[in-house]
Amino acid sequence: MDMLSLIIKFGIYGTMALALIAAIAVVTLRNLFHSALCLAAVLIATAMIYAAFHADFLAAAQILLYVGAVMTLIIFAIMLTEQLGSKTIRQTNRQNLAALAGLLVFVVILGRVIFKTPWPVTEKALASKVTVMELGKAFMGPYVFPFEVISIILIAALLGAVVIAKKDR
Amino acid sequence: MNMPPLLRDIEFAVDLSFVNAKGWILDLLSHIVPDWVVVFASIVISGVAILVLGPVIMMYLTLLERKLIGRIQNRYGPNRVGIWGLLQPIADGIKMFTKEDIVPVYADKVIHCLAPIVIVIPALMVFLVVPFGERMTAVNLNIGLLYFIAVSSITTIPIFMGSWGSRNKYSLLGGMRTAAQMISYEVPMTLSVVPVIMMSQSLSTNKIVLSQSGSYDMNWFIFTPWGIVGFIIFFLCAVAECNRPPFDLPEAESEIIAGFHTEYSGMKFALFYMAEYMNAFTLCGIAATLFLGGWQGPFLPSWIWFLGKTFVLICVMIWFRGTFPRFRVDQLMGFAWKFLLPLTLINILVAGLCHFISEKTGWIYSFIIFSISFWVLVRLNRPWMPEKRHYPLAN
Repeated sequence: MDMLSLIIKFGIYGTMALALIAAIAVVTLRNLFHSALCLAAVLIATAMIYAAFHADFLAAAQILLYVGAVMTLIIFAIMLTEQLGSKTIRQTNRQNLAALAGLLVFVVILGRVIFKTPWPVTEKALASKVTVMELGKAFMGPYVFPFEVISIILIAALLGAVVIAKKDR
Repeated sequence: MNMPPLLRDIEFAVDLSFVNAKGWILDLLSHIVPDWVVVFASIVISGVAILVLGPVIMMYLTLLERKLIGRIQNRYGPNRVGIWGLLQPIADGIKMFTKEDIVPVYADKVIHCLAPIVIVIPALMVFLVVPFGERMTAVNLNIGLLYFIAVSSITTIPIFMGSWGSRNKYSLLGGMRTAAQMISYEVPMTLSVVPVIMMSQSLSTNKIVLSQSGSYDMNWFIFTPWGIVGFIIFFLCAVAECNRPPFDLPEAESEIIAGFHTEYSGMKFALFYMAEYMNAFTLCGIAATLFLGGWQGPFLPSWIWFLGKTFVLICVMIWFRGTFPRFRVDQLMGFAWKFLLPLTLINILVAGLCHFISEKTGWIYSFIIFSISFWVLVRLNRPWMPEKRHYPLAN
C-alpha cells in the first residue's frame, strides 16, 4: 500500500500546483475569456483537493455552485461585454502601491491566523468523517437560525434582482 | 420474494456475473503482483469498462434513434450496412475519422480544439455513479446524486468554449442559448430530486435504489403521488439538459444552423455528438434510478432491468423528437421558471405530507393539491394575446 499512498501524495501535490499555475494565469492572461476558463480550472482543482481530503460534500458543492453556476454567469457576462471582439485587455491599473499594501496586510493577517491556530492532529480527528446526514442535522438543529437568515437574504436578493430588471418598463 | 432456491441461485449468479468476473481477475492478479497493483487494476478494470461502454452506447443510440425516427416518419432508416443496418455506426465512425478537420482562420485555435475534448470528460465521469446493477456501481459515493448533478453542470463550460472559440455569430448565439437553458433547467431538476432524497434519506445512488425494494422489488418511487410528478418534472428537465428536441434551441438547425458546433467537422463534431448521447443515456439512467427503482424488479437479472428501463426512457426521448415542434425561447424560459419551479416546490411539500399520513388519504390529498396548483399555474401562465385588430378600409 506504500506505493499507492505515494501516488496519491503526488496526485495531491500535482493538483495543488495546477491550481496555483492556473490562478497565476487568471491574473496574467490578457484575454478575458482565457482568464475565465483558467478560473474554472482553479475552482475545479480546489474541488479536487477537497475531495482528496475527504470533504466530499464540499467538493461537490464547490463544483455545483462555483463551476456550474457562477462561472457560467461570469462567461455570460463576458459574452455580453463589448470587449468580446478585442483580443487583449490590459490586466494592470495605476493602483499598484495600494494593492501591494493591501496584499501585505492580508498576508500578515492570514499568517497570524494560520500560526495561532493549534491545528490538533489526533487519531480521533484524523478518523472522523463528516457525512452529509450530520451536516443536514447540524443545519436543522444548532445552526437553524443562521441557515434561515441566509435563506431570507437570498430571497431578498432574488426579489431585488427582479425589481432592478423590471425598472425600465 | 418467494422462489425455489435453485432458481434464486441461478438468478444470483447471472445477476452478479460481471462483478464475479472482475473478482476472478483480481484474485488471479493478487497471486502474482504486489497489493498496490491489484488496487490499481481494480480501478483500471472499472474505468476501461466505462470508457468502452460510453462510446458503444453512443454508437448504437444513434442507430436506434435513426431507425425509430425513420419508422415514425414512415420510412426504413439505415438498412444498407450489415443486417438491419447494424454496422452503420461503425461506417459512420470511419467516415468521421477520415473527414478533413477544418479550423476557421479567426478561431481561437487552442479553445476551439480543446472544447470537444473537454466536453466528453464530464459525460464520462457521470457514468461512475450510475448503478448498472446490483453491486455494479463503479464508485459507490455517499454523495452520488450530488456528484451527478455537480459534474453534469460543468457541461455548459465546454459548450461555451466551443461557441466562443469558433468566432461565428451562430455559434455564439447557440452558446448563449445553451447557458440560459441549462442554468434554468438545472434548478427545477435539482429540486425535483429533493423528495427522493427526503424519502430514501441518502444521496448515494445505491441506497436510493435499495430503498425502493419492498414486495416483488416493485416499491418504486413512481408509484407514489410525489413520485409521478417528480418523475415527469425530472424527465422534462433531463430532455432540456441534454438539448434534445423539443428543447433543442441551442442547436436549432433551421434558426442558427447548428449552434455551438457549426464550425466543427470530422471527429471533433463526433465528440460533441458523443457527449450529447452519453448525457442522454446517463440522464435516463439516473431518472430510472431515482424514480423507476433502478435495477430493482422481479425475476430478471438486475442489469437487464436497469438497461431496459433506461432504454424505454430513451425511446420516449426519441418519440418526443419525432412528434413535438421546437419551443420558442420565451416559452422555454417561462416553462422552467414559472411552471416547473413552483410545481417542484409544491411537490416537496406534498412529499412531506405523504410521509406523515396513510397512503390512501395521501393519494386523495395530493391529487387535490396537484390539480388545484396545476390549474392555478396554468391560469397564471396564460400567454398574453394581443386583441384582434381591425383596419377598416377607407372605402
